[in-house]
Amino acid sequence: MTEILDLWHAFRPALGSALLLVGAVLAVIGTIGVLRFPDFYTRLHAASVTDTAAATLAIVGMALLAPSLAVVVKLAVVWLFLFLTGPTSSHALANAAHTAGLQPMIGRLGEDDGGGE
Amino acid sequence: MFETGATGRVGYFLGLITVLIALWLGLSWDYSLKPVIASLGAVSIFLSAVLAYRFDILDREGSPYGRLFQLMAYWVWLMVEIFKANWVVIKACLRSTLDINPALVKVKTGCESDLARTVFANSITLTPGTVSVEIEGDKILVHALFEEEAGPGAFDEMDRRAREASDGRRKP
Repeated sequence: MTEILDLWHAFRPALGSALLLVGAVLAVIGTIGVLRFPDFYTRLHAASVTDTAAATLAIVGMALLAPSLAVVVKLAVVWLFLFLTGPTSSHALANAAHTAGLQPMIGRLGEDDGGGE
Repeated sequence: MFETGATGRVGYFLGLITVLIALWLGLSWDYSLKPVIASLGAVSIFLSAVLAYRFDILDREGSPYGRLFQLMAYWVWLMVEIFKANWVVIKACLRSTLDINPALVKVKTGCESDLARTVFANSITLTPGTVSVEIEGDKILVHALFEEEAGPGAFDEMDRRAREASDGRRKP
């Protein structure tokens, strides 16, 4: 049992760092999507990758690197509130755009349509 | 359909107090046993509860802890769905030639209570590739990055699970 625990403590920092790195890469991918997608609504989808997967992986990575359980609890609360407030703000943005009359681009879009308005 | 009597209110009040105490203990951790700080915590929890009562938000939406386990089980299922959907959007972001098929679709929901509808609409927004744009009655306007991901029936399982987690199984 202690050997398993030792192994866990040996691998914990490496695992945490790896998860942080993956989370950071996902955030960059989300940013690339925001820059490439053609209109407001599709860009919102790219940003949601950063909101969900990147944030989750980064927080789990930070929890693995945390020095004490108190920090883990705080990170868990941060994660919970991020997941409760994130969709609310996304919906508020999308709803405001729809109410203001912004029409989404519909149908299959290729390279010619990209690169912003 | 739902508890609204005096016993229900007391239950929501106790649930809110319990969650506030747990949150306070979790956030303040080892300071929690010092008397001055602990009494400040007690006062702030009491004030929050009184405010919640005065704002009249002590109902099954303001304090949905009676269904905590069902909602947590739903959350676990949702996390798997979110990661699966993330993969689709990540591929769309990185494809060398832009190839997306955005669409606006109307999704009919079987969720009746406001809580279940909120859970369902927020789940749609949380899942990358779909955003709920507007809610009109029992129809939700959804913008999707790929039309084929939001075809008929694509949200049926999420709808059913959100309804069962928030409101319980419908009686046959």
